[in-house]
Amino acid sequence: MSSNLKPEQTALQTLDPPKSTLGVYGWLRKNLFNSFFNTLLTIISILVIYYILKGSITWVFTTAQWAVITENYRLFMVGQYSSEQLWRVWTCLGLVSLLFGLSAGIWKGTIRNLSIVLIILYLVHTLVPFVSSTGKMWIIINIGIVIIGYLTGPKIPKNKAITLVGWSLSFPLIIFLLNGFGVFPTVKTNIWGGLLLTLLISIVAILVSFPIGILLALGRTSKLPIIKYFCILYIEIIRGIPLITVFFMAQIMIPLFLPEGFEINNVIRVMIGATLFTAAYMAENVRGGLQSIPQGQFEAAKAMGLNPVHSMAFIIMPQALRAVIPAMVGQSISMFKDTTLVAIVGLIDLLGIAQTVKSNPEFLGRHMEVYVFIALVYWIIAYSMSYSSRRLEKSLGVGER
Amino acid sequence: MGQTKLQVNKAKDGEEIIACDRINKWFGALHVLKDVSLSVSKGEVVVILGPSGSGKSTFIRTINALEEIQKGTIHIDGINLSHDVKNIEAIRKETGMVFQQFNLFPHMTILKNITLAPIWVRKKPKAEAEKEAFELLERVGIPEQAHKYPGQLSGGQQQRVAIARALAMQPEIMLFDEPTSALDPEMIKEVLDVMKELARSGITMLVVTHEMGFAREVADRIVLFDEGEIIETGTPTELFDNPQHDRTKLFLSQIL
Repeated sequence: MSSNLKPEQTALQTLDPPKSTLGVYGWLRKNLFNSFFNTLLTIISILVIYYILKGSITWVFTTAQWAVITENYRLFMVGQYSSEQLWRVWTCLGLVSLLFGLSAGIWKGTIRNLSIVLIILYLVHTLVPFVSSTGKMWIIINIGIVIIGYLTGPKIPKNKAITLVGWSLSFPLIIFLLNGFGVFPTVKTNIWGGLLLTLLISIVAILVSFPIGILLALGRTSKLPIIKYFCILYIEIIRGIPLITVFFMAQIMIPLFLPEGFEINNVIRVMIGATLFTAAYMAENVRGGLQSIPQGQFEAAKAMGLNPVHSMAFIIMPQALRAVIPAMVGQSISMFKDTTLVAIVGLIDLLGIAQTVKSNPEFLGRHMEVYVFIALVYWIIAYSMSYSSRRLEKSLGVGER
Repeated sequence: MGQTKLQVNKAKDGEEIIACDRINKWFGALHVLKDVSLSVSKGEVVVILGPSGSGKSTFIRTINALEEIQKGTIHIDGINLSHDVKNIEAIRKETGMVFQQFNLFPHMTILKNITLAPIWVRKKPKAEAEKEAFELLERVGIPEQAHKYPGQLSGGQQQRVAIARALAMQPEIMLFDEPTSALDPEMIKEVLDVMKELARSGITMLVVTHEMGFAREVADRIVLFDEGEIIETGTPTELFDNPQHDRTKLFLSQIL
């Protein structure tokens, strides 16, 4: 193209930046071996990495005895939930799979990537030998459900509304299925355990604390003194107490205040404790977001005649929440991990199961394997959360310069 | 119900639409507005001049109750601006405001920015609001930007969107609070052109500005503020060519 241009025109063309001439060797020289000191540092680092990797890989493949995980796998996942009733847990999982599939089909992007992770996890479970054949059958059904959801999702009319309603109804439905409430044989919450319990407690705490946190943050910035000081008092008291204390209080003190014969079971009590605890932190995050909104936004909303509710809902809150997504997801991740503390008040979550399993004389001394395994489970979930948050920030950052 | 009662006495052309009577305001101990009285009739373009810190911005912001006054009365189109939320909301529906910093909503597209208030405050159907938004964008000369976000527009374009957004509420009065002060020099003209077109259309305008050329060309009346007081009012010719007050002369000598 440039060949038939006149010389004065070619002179006007913009120049490409000079290409990097470094190859692999050049890159190494430039970044790792460019001085005596850096060369030394590189060699030492390589040695350290080598020994760490060598040690871990040999441990994972030769020394470690993974039977402690494989033989207790169901215990880790669902605790003592009886095997005759296990179909209920599987149905719940199927529901979640369906919603994941539908959402992935409709919105693509982040949720699709998460669904791929889900399918990979399912596939891993079909391949390992220690999952029973019924379990594998359920898992294959689940894979099918995700794919069917993904394919049909975009074709259903009003799919977005249906999926959102589905997500919001899924939680009560799951609680109903897991408990039974007499319709099915009741499985008491103190039987629930393992990863199932961990997930239930953290999902409740995260989802319910979010609206409460918003209300507390708004309350704290309110002009009405009673509301304002109540919110400040609540937030500051909760933030001054360790979570474990909140759990102990939920276990010991709540029954003292309740009339005789009236009992809230311990899982619900822990959920309430975790929710109220997280809400105080969420409130402070949201308040930080509110403070980051320039005064001009409030004024513009007022000047247009929007009432305070509308201006909060359409203008201030969306911007404030977007500004604090990282902080709120951070709070959610830390809540998710802090649910391990419920093991201390007698619930057997994932960590609780780990404690029981390693004290089983049959698996004496196998605590390394147990802890490595649950660390991996926590990491997969926590990392998925932080990954989604990063993607969410990006996709909501439209139009920012 | 209260709505209809409040809007009965709509001003006709030439009748008084803004009536400020001896308003006073303090920021702490600082007396920023001292017995300011001003009457504006419908369709009039009033430009407010004055050195910085003279209270002119504060004054224009009292008219739609962004600033509260501590003494005096303000009537807009017959509605008394009191502490009653209903009255304040009624007045804000009648007045559109354009800010120095644009104050567009960065998380919404241009179209959403413009249609938000008509849909939620005026309860217009979405399709109608959008149709009007496109007409307004046409009027301010940027119909092709409707689906962009404010951050993707230049300052001048953003300010024109802000004008369109204020107009979308079909206000009786437009308030401009230094609309060109935050703009790069080459963008000032495009905004002033829109404002001139608006002035010709017969809407009541109250403009705080430092643009003398605009004031001379467009204003029906110029009000000069200093130290929280109105020093002098008059037509552009009277004020620029034959200023009466010493402080007016001083101010004009500093800027012209």
